[in-house]
Amino acid sequence: MRLDQRLIADMIRPGTRVLDIGSGDGALLDYLFRTRGCDARGIEIDMGEVTRSVAHGLPVMHGDADHDLAHYPDEAFDYVVLQRTLQAVERPREVLRQMLRIGRHAIVSFPNFGHWQLRLKLLTTGRMPMTTVWHTPWYQTPNIHPCTILDFLMLCREEGYVVEQWMAVDEVGERAPWRRSIRLANLFGEQALFLLRRRGH
Amino acid sequence: MDQTPPTQIEHAHMLFPDGMQLECGFRLAPVRVAYRTYGTLSAARDNAIVVCHALTGDQYLAETHPLTGKPGWWGRMVGPGLPIDTDRFFVICMNVLGGCMGSTGPRDARPDGPGEPWGTDFPPVTIRDMVRAQRLVIDALGISRLFAVIGGSMGGMQVLEWAATFPDMVFAAMPIATSPFHSAQNIAFNEVSRQAIFADPEWHGGRYWEQGAVPARGLAVARMMAHITYLSEEALTRKFGRRVRRDPYNQAGALSLFGEIFEVESYLRHQGSSFVRRFDANSYLTITRAMDYFDLGADHDGDPSRPFHGTRTRFCLVSFTSDWLFPTSQARLLARALNRAAANVSFVEIESDKGHDAFLLDEPDFDRTVRGFLSGAAEHARIG
Repeated sequence: MRLDQRLIADMIRPGTRVLDIGSGDGALLDYLFRTRGCDARGIEIDMGEVTRSVAHGLPVMHGDADHDLAHYPDEAFDYVVLQRTLQAVERPREVLRQMLRIGRHAIVSFPNFGHWQLRLKLLTTGRMPMTTVWHTPWYQTPNIHPCTILDFLMLCREEGYVVEQWMAVDEVGERAPWRRSIRLANLFGEQALFLLRRRGH
Repeated sequence: MDQTPPTQIEHAHMLFPDGMQLECGFRLAPVRVAYRTYGTLSAARDNAIVVCHALTGDQYLAETHPLTGKPGWWGRMVGPGLPIDTDRFFVICMNVLGGCMGSTGPRDARPDGPGEPWGTDFPPVTIRDMVRAQRLVIDALGISRLFAVIGGSMGGMQVLEWAATFPDMVFAAMPIATSPFHSAQNIAFNEVSRQAIFADPEWHGGRYWEQGAVPARGLAVARMMAHITYLSEEALTRKFGRRVRRDPYNQAGALSLFGEIFEVESYLRHQGSSFVRRFDANSYLTITRAMDYFDLGADHDGDPSRPFHGTRTRFCLVSFTSDWLFPTSQARLLARALNRAAANVSFVEIESDKGHDAFLLDEPDFDRTVRGFLSGAAEHARIG
C-alpha cells in the first residue's frame, strides 16, 4: 500500500462504513477490512482492476465518480474516499457534493498544481509544465481539472465544508514538514490530503 | 422428428403433502421437489450453497445426466477444488416448480382428476413460487441460513427473489447474466417460442398426451430460436461462419434449393431435436411465463431497490460483454437499485464473445470472480 494510503487509513475510525472511489487494486479496502474491521467497498472504472479485486474477495463495483454516486442514499457511508482522482473527473464540484451527501466525511487527495516546480517551469519555459507528478503531455492527460491547494480551500469555503484535517505530502506519500502554513504547503506540497465534513454535521 | 414423449425416470426428491400456496392464490398440494446435492453439510449447517438453474436446466448440476448421458451443466464450475468447491461447500440444486425433471409440473397427474396430467391447466407459477418451493427443501434439510445462492439467467432471477423474499436466509447472492425484470424484448422472444409450440399440429390444445404425441416440431423451433439468443454474432461466426455441407436427408441433390445446408442450420436442428427428447412443452410454457412475470419492482411502484432496503446480503453481479439477451445495461440497473438500498455490491462485466451462454462456458476471469467472491464472503461469514 502506498504511504499516502496509510495516511488516509489513519484518518478512518475502525468499524466504520467506507466507500473508496477509484479503489484501484483494492489495497486500501483490504487494509481497512483486515486491520480496522471496516465495511469497506470500492468503485473502480478499470474493469481489469474490478475483476482482480473481486477475485480477491473485495466488494468492488464497476463505475465512476461522475455517474455512480447519485444512486446511493444520503449518509450511506461514514467516509467516502477519492484518491488522486479529483483532477480527472468531469465535474469536481458535483462529485464533492455527492461525496458529502452519501458520506458523513469525505477524504480527498489530489496532486497540487501550485507546486513550485510547476510554477517555475511555466514561468521559465512558457510551456505546460511536466514533472514526476504531472507527467503526461497536455494533449494526453486525463487530468482535466487541475487545482492548487489554495483553490481547493476556496471551493471548500464556498461550498460550506469544514476542513477537519489537511496535510501536504510528497509524491511517495511522506508527510511534509510545512503542515502549519497553507501557503508553504501550496508551494512545496506535491500531493494534498483533506478530511472534510459538511457544516452543521 | 421423433414424436415419442420424453422418457420419465425416478428422480431423488422430497414430497410435501401439504403443498404450498401459490402467488396466484391456488393451493398446490402435494408439492414434489427433485434435487441433487454435492459435498457435505457442515456440523454447523453453515456452508450450504443453492445453485439455481436456468430455463431449460435441471438439478443435474455436476454429474452425468441420467436421461441424456451428458455431463452436468455446470460440471466445470462445481466440484472438488473447482470455483464452487464441494470440498468446502454443500451444494444443492433443485428442479424448479413447473419443471419436468421430477419437481411438480404440468406433466404430473392432477390430484383432482382420474390420473390425467395437468397440461395447460397447471396453475401459473412465478419465480417467487419456485423459490418458496426450494425453501421447503432447505427447511427440511435443517438449514436456517444459506451461505450463498448462485444462478445465471432465470437462475439469477431466483437468486434475486431469494435475497428479496428471505433476506435473513441469504448471506451472499450471485445473480449472473440476469436482470431486475424481464424486458419487453425477452418477453417477445418467449412469445415467439410459445407460438411455435401452439402452431404444431401435434399440440392438440395442450392435451397432446391423449394422442400419444408431443408437439416436437414446435418445441424444437422454440428451442432453435431461443438458442440463437443465447449466443452472439461473433460466437456463431467463429463456430460456423458460412460453411455449408450436403444435407444427408435431402434426396433432391446438391443443386436443389435446400440440397446444401449451412452448418449453423445443422447445429440448430440438432439443438432442437435433442431438446425435445428431454423437455415437456407445457413445462416450457409454464416456465417462460414465470420469467415474463418477473419484475422485482412490481409490488413497489416499479422500484426494484425497495425489496432490498436494509439487506445485509453481500451481492456480486456478473454480466458478459457480448450478452444481448441480458445485457450489461440491465445488470447496471440492478447494481444501481442495490446501491440505492445501500447494499454491499460487487459488479463485474466479463469480456467474452460467447454471448449469454458465456456463464456456462470456459471463461477464466469469470471462474476467478466466482471463486474470489465466495472465499471473500466465507471470510466475512467466518466459515471454514
